[in-house]
Amino acid sequence: MRFKLAGLLIATSSLIAPASLADVYNLEIDQFERTVDGKTLTGVSINGTSPGPLLRLREGEDVTINVTNTLDVDTSLHWHGIILDAGMDGVPGISFDGIAPGETYTYNFTANQSGTYWYHGHSALQEQEGVFAPIIIEPAEPDPFEYDREHVIILADWLNDSPYKALANLKKRSNYYNYNRRTVFDLWRDWRNADRGEKTGVIQERLAWGRMRMDPTDIVDITGYSFLVNGETPEDNWNGLFEPGEKVRLRFINAAAMTYFDLKIPGLKMTVVQADGQNIEPVSVDEFPIAIAETFDVIVEPEAGQSYTIFAAAKDRSGYARGTLSETPGAEAAIPELGPRPELTMAAMGEGHASHGAMADGEAAGMDEMTMDMSGDAHRGHGEMPAMEHGEKVLSYDDLRALTPYTDRRAPDREVELRLTGNMERYFWSINDVKFGDAGPLEFNYGERVRITFKNETMMEHPMHLHGLWMDLVNGEGDMAPRKHTITIRPGETISADVTVDATGSWAFHCHILQHAATGMFRQVNVIGGVQ
Amino acid sequence: MKPKILIAGALAMATALPALAAEGDPVYNYTLIEADIAEIDDTTVGAFDAQGWVGGDYNRFWWKTEGEFADGDFEGAEVQALYSRYISKFWDAQIGVRYDLEPKGETYGVIGLQGLAPYFFEVDAAAFVSSSGDVSARFEATGELLFTQRLILEPGIALDFYAEDDPSRQIGSGLATAEYSAQLRYEFTREFAPYVELAYEEAYGDTADFQRLETGSADDTVFKVGLRTMF
Repeated sequence: MRFKLAGLLIATSSLIAPASLADVYNLEIDQFERTVDGKTLTGVSINGTSPGPLLRLREGEDVTINVTNTLDVDTSLHWHGIILDAGMDGVPGISFDGIAPGETYTYNFTANQSGTYWYHGHSALQEQEGVFAPIIIEPAEPDPFEYDREHVIILADWLNDSPYKALANLKKRSNYYNYNRRTVFDLWRDWRNADRGEKTGVIQERLAWGRMRMDPTDIVDITGYSFLVNGETPEDNWNGLFEPGEKVRLRFINAAAMTYFDLKIPGLKMTVVQADGQNIEPVSVDEFPIAIAETFDVIVEPEAGQSYTIFAAAKDRSGYARGTLSETPGAEAAIPELGPRPELTMAAMGEGHASHGAMADGEAAGMDEMTMDMSGDAHRGHGEMPAMEHGEKVLSYDDLRALTPYTDRRAPDREVELRLTGNMERYFWSINDVKFGDAGPLEFNYGERVRITFKNETMMEHPMHLHGLWMDLVNGEGDMAPRKHTITIRPGETISADVTVDATGSWAFHCHILQHAATGMFRQVNVIGGVQ
Repeated sequence: MKPKILIAGALAMATALPALAAEGDPVYNYTLIEADIAEIDDTTVGAFDAQGWVGGDYNRFWWKTEGEFADGDFEGAEVQALYSRYISKFWDAQIGVRYDLEPKGETYGVIGLQGLAPYFFEVDAAAFVSSSGDVSARFEATGELLFTQRLILEPGIALDFYAEDDPSRQIGSGLATAEYSAQLRYEFTREFAPYVELAYEEAYGDTADFQRLETGSADDTVFKVGLRTMF
C-alpha cells in the first residue's frame, strides 16, 4: 500500500543522524493519489508521502530547508513550536508571501531547542490534505530520562472527501455531518429511565437546549474520517517493535486537522516526560487526551512476550487510530471498546459561563439557561472522562509541571482577554466576536510579559496555538508552570497563559482546528519593538 | 443593486481558493428545492418551493421562488430577489423585490426577517407592498422532529395577511389563509430526501366567505408526494 512507505520512513529514519551541525534538507510539495479505506482521493504530499519525511535535527544546528512547490496553487510550510525569526515561520500573509507554484523557498533557522515537534502546511486547507510531518530535535545534552529505543507516532484524520467541500457543506447546513442528533425515541427513553422526580428535568433539559438553539450532540463539525497512525489505518495496524526489557520512548504528535484523541495503551503505564517538546516532571498515567497540534512524549516499559495496542479514540468516538507495540512484526493485541459517544451537558457548559455575563449578541438570554443545574442522569453518559470511572489516571493540565523553572518568572505586566466565540449555526468562528478578516492585529510590546486569558464561550474545545512565543500555562504550579505552544480550552472554561514577548515581528495566533482557523478564529500578533 | 451583477461578482469570487486564514468574507452558496405533486378534485397539481443564497457570512444574495401548476398551466408563480444582511446571531434582515408571474404580473417591494427562532424553528417573515400600493404579509415557520437520524417530521405553518379587501382576487383583509402542514421526509442523504406531506389549508374572514361562494368550501386537505433536494 502506498502510504506504508510513510510509516517506514518514520520508523527507519530514526537510525540516520545528520552528520554535521549545518544540514540542508530538500522538500517538495506535490499532489498524490491516496487510497484509504477503499476510497481514492487526491491529496497533497511532502516528498510523495503523508506524513512527510521526519526531520531529525540537532540542537544548535543551522538548518537550511529548500521547499519546492510543484502544486498549481500556493503552498507553505510552518515549523510548529519552533522558535525562529518571524520571516521563517511560514505563514502566508504574515511571515512571508507563500511559495508560488514552481518556486523554491529556502527556510533558514537555528534549532535553539530540543524535543518533539512537527511541521505542516499553512496554506488553504492543505494540512488536511496531507501536508504534515514530524520534527525531532536531538538535545545538545542528554535528555533527563532514559530510554533504549523510540518511535514517532503521528496521529491524523484523513477525510473521505475534499476539505473544501466539507467546509462548503457546513456553510450550507451546520449539522450536515451530525447523524447523532437526539430523536423522539431518545427523549422517550430518557423520560422512562428518569426517576419519578426527575422526569420534568428531562423535558426542561431538552427545552433549554432548544431555547439556546444549541445541540448537545454537536461534538465535532465533520465526520467521515479514517484515523491514522503514521499514515496507516487501524486495519493496516502500524507496528512499533521493542526488545524485551527495553524502555521505549513514544513521541506522540496530534497532526489531525479536526480531531482530538484520547490515547491509551491497555496494559502499559505511560510516563509522560515531555509536553509540546518541553521537559516536565514525569507523570505516570493510564490515558491522556491529546489536543490537535499538541505533542506528548511518554516512556513505556513493555513486558517480554507481550503485544500492546496503541489506541487513540477520536473524541466523538466515531472511530479510532490504532497501532501495535510488539516484539515481532505483524503482531496484534486486543482492541478496547470505544465507549459511548459523549454529549455536552448543561452543567459542563454552565460552569464557565456562570462567572461572566458579557456574552455575544443574542446569546445572553440563552446562556443564562446554562447555569441550570441539570442532573447528569438525564444524559446518555458523560463522555468526558470514561476512564476515570475505573480509577485510572488520566493526564490533565493540572499534572503538568516544568522539570526546571523557566528564566522569566515575572508577574504579567498586563492581561489580554480573548473570548473564543463563534456562530455554529452559520459556521464561522471568531475571537471576541470578530472574525480574522474584520479584525486588526493584536499588539504586544517587545520585552513585556503578557497574560493571555482565554474564555471559551462556544460549545467546542479549541486548541489555541501562538506562533513564535511560548505560552507559560497558568495552572497553579507557580514557578514550575509548564511551557506550551498549543493550549486547549474546553467549552465554558477559562485558562490563562503568561507570555514573555521576546521575539519581534508578526506572528499567527489561532485555533488549530483547521476549519475554525479558516473561518475566522485567527489573529495576527504584531510584536512592537525589538530587533531580529 | 442589480441581482445579475451581484451573482456574477459572487460567482467570480467563489472560484478563488480560500486562504487558511480567510481575509474578507469568502463566498459560498446554498440551494434548497422542494417539488411535489397532489391529486386535488381529480386534477394533478404540482408545486415547487425553492430558495437559496450566494454570498459570505454577512452579506448574501438570497432568492426565493414558489409556484403551483395544474394540468400543465401555472396557477401561481413568484420569484423574489433579496439582499440579505446578517443582523444578529440567528437572524438576517432582507430587502428586495418580488415578481408574480401568475396569476397576473405584479411587482412588490419586500422587507423581511429570516432566521432561526428559539427551539430551532426556521422562520421567514416578510411584508410586501405591490406596485399599486396593496400591503400584505407572510409568516412561515417550520420545526423538526427526528424519529431517526434520517426520518424527520417537519411541522409547518404559513399565514397570509392582507391590509385591505381585494374582491378581484377573492381576498379579505386581515388573516386570509393559513396552511398547517406536516412533512415526513427520509434523508437518504442531506441532498436527496423524498417526502410525503399532509397539508390543511383554511381561509379566514372575508377570504373564507369569498371562497365559500366560489367553491362551497373554505378549507381543504391535501396529500402531497415530493422530493427535497439541497446542494
